[in-house]
Amino acid sequence: MVSLIFYFQVHQPFRLRKNYSFFDIGNNHFYEDEDANRSILNKVADKCYIPTNLMLLDLIRQYKGKFKVAFSISGVAIEQFEKYNPYVLETFQQLAETGQVEFIAETYYHSLSFLFSKEEFKEQVNLQKEKVEYYFKQTPTTFRNTELIYNNELAHFVESLGFTTILAEGANQVLGWRSPNFLYQPVGSYKLNLLLKNYKLSDDIAFRFSNSGWEEFPLTAEKYANWVHATAGNGEVINLFMDYETFGEHQWADTGIFDFMRALPGEILKHPDFQFLMPKEASQYYTPLSQIDTPFFVSWADLERDLTAWLGNSLQDSAIEKVYEIENLVKSTADPELIHTWRKLLTSDHFYYMCTKWFSDGDVHKYFNPYETPYDAFVIYSNVLNDLIGTIKQKQTKAVVE
Amino acid sequence: MKVLMFGWEFPPFISGGLGTASYGISKGLVNNHIDLTFVMPTRRGLSFDSEINILAADEVHTIERYNKIIKVLKKYDTKSISKSFTIAPYFTKEDFIEYFNTHHDVVKINKIFQTQKGLLKFTGNYGKNLMDEVYRYGIIGEIIGFGDDFDIIHAHDWLTFYAGVAAKRSSGKPLVAHVHATEFDRSGENVNQNVYDIERYGMENADKIIAVSYFTKNIIVNRYGIDPEKVEVVHNAVDKNRRLDAYGVKKNVNEKLVLFLGRITMQKGPDYFLEAAYRVYKKNKNVRFVMAGSGDMLPRMITRMASLRMLDRFHFTGFLKGIDVERMYALSDLYVMPSVSEPFGIAPFEALLYDVPIIISKQSGVAEVLKNAIKVDFWDVNKMADMILMLIENDKIAREVSEKCKDDMANIGWDNAGHKIINVYESLLNN
Repeated sequence: MVSLIFYFQVHQPFRLRKNYSFFDIGNNHFYEDEDANRSILNKVADKCYIPTNLMLLDLIRQYKGKFKVAFSISGVAIEQFEKYNPYVLETFQQLAETGQVEFIAETYYHSLSFLFSKEEFKEQVNLQKEKVEYYFKQTPTTFRNTELIYNNELAHFVESLGFTTILAEGANQVLGWRSPNFLYQPVGSYKLNLLLKNYKLSDDIAFRFSNSGWEEFPLTAEKYANWVHATAGNGEVINLFMDYETFGEHQWADTGIFDFMRALPGEILKHPDFQFLMPKEASQYYTPLSQIDTPFFVSWADLERDLTAWLGNSLQDSAIEKVYEIENLVKSTADPELIHTWRKLLTSDHFYYMCTKWFSDGDVHKYFNPYETPYDAFVIYSNVLNDLIGTIKQKQTKAVVE
Repeated sequence: MKVLMFGWEFPPFISGGLGTASYGISKGLVNNHIDLTFVMPTRRGLSFDSEINILAADEVHTIERYNKIIKVLKKYDTKSISKSFTIAPYFTKEDFIEYFNTHHDVVKINKIFQTQKGLLKFTGNYGKNLMDEVYRYGIIGEIIGFGDDFDIIHAHDWLTFYAGVAAKRSSGKPLVAHVHATEFDRSGENVNQNVYDIERYGMENADKIIAVSYFTKNIIVNRYGIDPEKVEVVHNAVDKNRRLDAYGVKKNVNEKLVLFLGRITMQKGPDYFLEAAYRVYKKNKNVRFVMAGSGDMLPRMITRMASLRMLDRFHFTGFLKGIDVERMYALSDLYVMPSVSEPFGIAPFEALLYDVPIIISKQSGVAEVLKNAIKVDFWDVNKMADMILMLIENDKIAREVSEKCKDDMANIGWDNAGHKIINVYESLLNN
């Protein structure tokens, strides 16, 4: 049997106010652009989260246990659902109740914490686990790191936290000549299994679906199912990992993306040797084909599939170094609100906005960037960070005086 | 151009900033070839700068003036008179008194004309009869407005607003109300309603208002309901009464703030400022740097700052204007202008308005005028860093530098203010 594994990423950052200026430092502790966050969340909810959730519910009911998917919903996205659109959360809960949907773990704040603080990383994974348990009544055993950032060290750390499955990008530098369509194991692991994204088939849906210049345009469910079926005898798992916003937001409804998805399970299941599985099931169903050695970090971003979307230029590096530098200072306050505020500044998107690669990936960066330039993003982030540092120091001085 | 100016104080008699400013502005106008008559309540027997015509209100003989006005008026027929006066002419004493009675206190006017005393009393103080005096000043304004020859009326602060508006009424000439401070600056939220009413009356009746800062302009617009189009900002060249809280800014007293404010372009030398800042940063952590402005070198400066890892000490504000410029200067402890080449450059002068000491490059034209400023070669970032450290670590030296530079700049500053005020006059006369 060949299994299709759908995993959708749901994430929304808490964006910062675009007018948080130097003069606000020390005077204004409201960092977030509430209006933008609310309106973006509600827009995406209307276009993507709600209609797609309802469609998946229909499909799961229709195929009676044969259609399954997995989600990772960042803690900060869940918080925004709580705050701005609880109905979205309700529909995710309905999906959870079907038993055919796996909710996997990540860092609560969608952060790069593994690269800067293992302690913080661990705490964020636990927070996320608790959030998933609270809302979806299941304990995650599968882990995906922010933006599928992955290497051997991360795999071992995640294994030590008790996870049994991990997701990563099926990048060429990971796989070499090997196919992503098998279950693997990180080198040196005993319990942890590795599922690698089939980026060709994933990106056919996520990126190329509506591209009229693509030679396969228009993509029908039948055609796509034929490509999938062609892997028969040549693989065991086909890992289709993508942003959930693909449905209705990146690919608008009028591109036919919903019709495509509605028809896809039927087309796939026409072949008797094909099925849908959740990641945790795949880990039990198959035996790892071999171990995979990934000494260097990979991710699912940009053409390079590396960390350069978030790190590498001096804006990004100086900002992220500084925010992690104050970890102990922040935690020493034991003030849950301050710690939460600080953690929201760890969200990877802030550093993505500071990216200055304007080459092949520039367009995609621009699309997701609320700021006019990466320099604006950096300056605003720095202002906010300075205010936070000032607030904490003021609190400490006060505490000493008292 | 002939200007009739109403003030309250004038050196050598000054009790606050108003006298200094009135004098500076008068000098600035005279230096720009304005024929100025400065009206004040009383000379108190003091002698004044001979370049400026002083007219004391307590020397204005109201009866004589009246008789003169009647005499002049009688020469003309009604038609030509109505051309030179926007209000109807008054041929008889009774008409004249009646006119005054409609605008001023009947008892006081009758007293003037019935006793034939002619002279009104003024102390020029701020005592308990201040309101009465302000009021009498208004009567003098009305009378002067009838008789004297001038093109523009200019009145400083609420004390003179009755007089200014009265002179406008009797002459038909445009009025400029100059606001140095409002009742909100003086009394916070506990405003004296009488004063507020007079301020508002003056502002509403003025043809243009000059505010001494964008901050003051904001108050005029928001608290007095004045159309922002009617308010021009002309900064005074010296003002010792600038307070931080007046700009709504709080300052961390343990930290010094060093400012670069200008276009972020090659000519202005922002890169030298940044390199000097880094050298300071390594030695003193209680200092912040601000680079205010925009320009083609901004991305490079941000990137360089980030690679120097100074983001907790070095800030960018983008382009600032109006009240934000004032706030920025008010927050600063030192201003650095490292221009590579600068014909003159008004910015250091602006910094001095806020008592901010300055370091300028030897390559800027303003260095010739500012004999007492700290000067360095723009490229000598080590020296620049040393000088920054010296000034932020020695308040006494910093104060001395700013005081001496202010003396260097005083004349230029007032001439510049005078020039801007003349622009306001011209905009009124051309309408």
